[in-house]
Amino acid sequence: MLFEQTMHTEQYVFPTDDRGRPAVIDIQNITKVYRMGDIEVPALRGVSLRVYKGEFVSIMGPSGSGKSTLLQILGALDQPSTGSYYLDGVDVAKLRDRDLATIRNRKIGFVFQSFNLLKRTSALRQVELPLLYGGGRDRTRRARAALEAVGLSQRMNHMPNELSGGQQQRVAIARAIVNDPAIVLADEPTGNLDSRSGTEVLKIFQEMNRTHGITTVVVTHDPFVARHTDRIIMLRDGVIVADQAVPDPILAGTVERPSDDSQLDNVLKDVYYAGKQEEYA
Amino acid sequence: MNILEAFRLALTGLLSNRLRSILTMLGIIIGVSAVIALVSFGQGIQNYIVNTFQSLGSNLMFVLPMTPSGPNAKTIKAKPLTMDDAKAIANPLEVSGVAAVAPIYSIYATVVVNKNSMVLQVGGSTPEWQVAREWYPGQGRFIEDGDVSTSAHVVVLGSSAVKKLFDPGDEPVGQDVRINNIPFRVIGVLETKGGGGGLADPDQIAIVPITTALTRLGDARARTSSGAYAVSAIVVKTISDKDTTPTKKAIERLLLDRHNVEYRGDEDFQVITSDQILSIFGNITGLLTAFLSLIAGISLIVGGIGVMNIMLVSVTERTREIGLRKAVGARYLDLMLQFLIESVMLSVIGGMIGILLGALVAFVATRAIPSLSLSLTLPAVLLATGVSTAIGIFFGIYPASRAASMNPIEALRYE
Repeated sequence: MLFEQTMHTEQYVFPTDDRGRPAVIDIQNITKVYRMGDIEVPALRGVSLRVYKGEFVSIMGPSGSGKSTLLQILGALDQPSTGSYYLDGVDVAKLRDRDLATIRNRKIGFVFQSFNLLKRTSALRQVELPLLYGGGRDRTRRARAALEAVGLSQRMNHMPNELSGGQQQRVAIARAIVNDPAIVLADEPTGNLDSRSGTEVLKIFQEMNRTHGITTVVVTHDPFVARHTDRIIMLRDGVIVADQAVPDPILAGTVERPSDDSQLDNVLKDVYYAGKQEEYA
Repeated sequence: MNILEAFRLALTGLLSNRLRSILTMLGIIIGVSAVIALVSFGQGIQNYIVNTFQSLGSNLMFVLPMTPSGPNAKTIKAKPLTMDDAKAIANPLEVSGVAAVAPIYSIYATVVVNKNSMVLQVGGSTPEWQVAREWYPGQGRFIEDGDVSTSAHVVVLGSSAVKKLFDPGDEPVGQDVRINNIPFRVIGVLETKGGGGGLADPDQIAIVPITTALTRLGDARARTSSGAYAVSAIVVKTISDKDTTPTKKAIERLLLDRHNVEYRGDEDFQVITSDQILSIFGNITGLLTAFLSLIAGISLIVGGIGVMNIMLVSVTERTREIGLRKAVGARYLDLMLQFLIESVMLSVIGGMIGILLGALVAFVATRAIPSLSLSLTLPAVLLATGVSTAIGIFFGIYPASRAASMNPIEALRYE
């Protein structure tokens, strides 16, 4: 198959972390410049980042920091202007549109803030969707398994309008993991949910990550959400300003969400000592 | 994605917007049923005309009087066709290849039997008529030379005329009828010819000796200045197909000479073969059919534009869905196929309903006017199916490619 050939033409050596885990995402010196007429607007100005297999990472940054652009590039929806991007060993920066679609299908699972479920389509059909484009057999069986994994085995034939927000997002998570992707990318996954449903979704993400070893990257501006992950990366003006492990991540459901904003900032205090707090959130 | 999935997807798409799909289809339904109905209408008229002329007989030509049309038209005194012209054509030394020549003098007259009366086409002719038209009496006898020479008051009736004038069971031969109040004796009844289907029944006819028709039934103006009787037409039957063209030329040469025609455009007669008549009518009906099809075709195109319009609306409405499909790995062709099948399904289902509706219209029209006998022909059905598929593809490609080439990032961000 043409695609398989382009995937492995040159030998790529997986970098590993100190625990010997291979890098699923390996970007080096990525820049992204948008052209608006004659003006060039840089969105990313040299970002290097490795996410290793089994990590649960959050990317934070104020709006305009480039985190959306970074997510689009990580999700193979867009190509960097310069720099290299290896996703699970595949040199994504060199692929054409058609192959990018295949990469998205096989190696990436997306979870969106607004769920993006199809109207009038049962949960089972929603989850089957990536398999539809990827080919392969056992679609229904695999979709069932994914829905069971997110605890929705009782809701398989429900339409989106028959499900709560939290349940809809869980369907979306099942859809993201059904293809057994190298990485799950979530864009503000709790942004449209109340705190109880948000916790429910965070619980699923943690469980997916801890028991199934699914590498997950969450983009969020919510420090409380970030505090649930193992590692926080801060972006500002198109560059990474901080990248640090979270000493003891919150186990979803064990800590009440702080009720006011100042307390919310405190959530991050014990994680981040460098830089000014207000720059990050 | 396999094609079966694509079909299921398209069907789901159409069903999720039922009313809109039906309204869109309506354009195609009307267009296709118009094509089907109008094409079978044109076909019906064509069949009708062919049937009518086939009942005339083969290897026929008609010599008809004509008003000169050339530059000298105003000064020329046009000579009518006469019995002598007919005799000259029948002369084998003048024109060869002729099987029969029958002059006809034809008028409409009221025929009365007892209390029954009807207006009939009454033709005066000679015994040759039955040979020329290949139409013989089924009962009694036809006009004979003696009847012509003596201007006998005898008449041969067509079968439909008999049916209308006489009571069932009556024996018409030997009875007296009055034509324009002049008594005639019925000597024979023609075989039923059929054809023509009821609009112009060839069997509603009466034949009398031409001499009787000219002297007793015709009006005095039918005489020429020299006192000869003018006839309405001369029917000529050639021996075979091959003789038609040379015989036609020979007749023209003979009559040009007899009528002293010197210049082109001064001709006061014309010779038309049955093939020519058929082809003239064929051209007219062909033109009619083409014109009707054109109108129907325009309505199909309008229907197609409706499909395109709705597909564009549908694509815009489903921008986020398209973005999501792209995010989970749908390729250009996957989306192209999904939307193209949707538009093709719209127009093909519309086309099928249109064919049924058009067939229904043709069926009802046939019931109303049986002589037209509209039939749903396979070519018309294939044409309608093909055209509606083509419309689905043609008008679906642009919306589908618009969906397929959307930028996934922008599509996902679309509100």
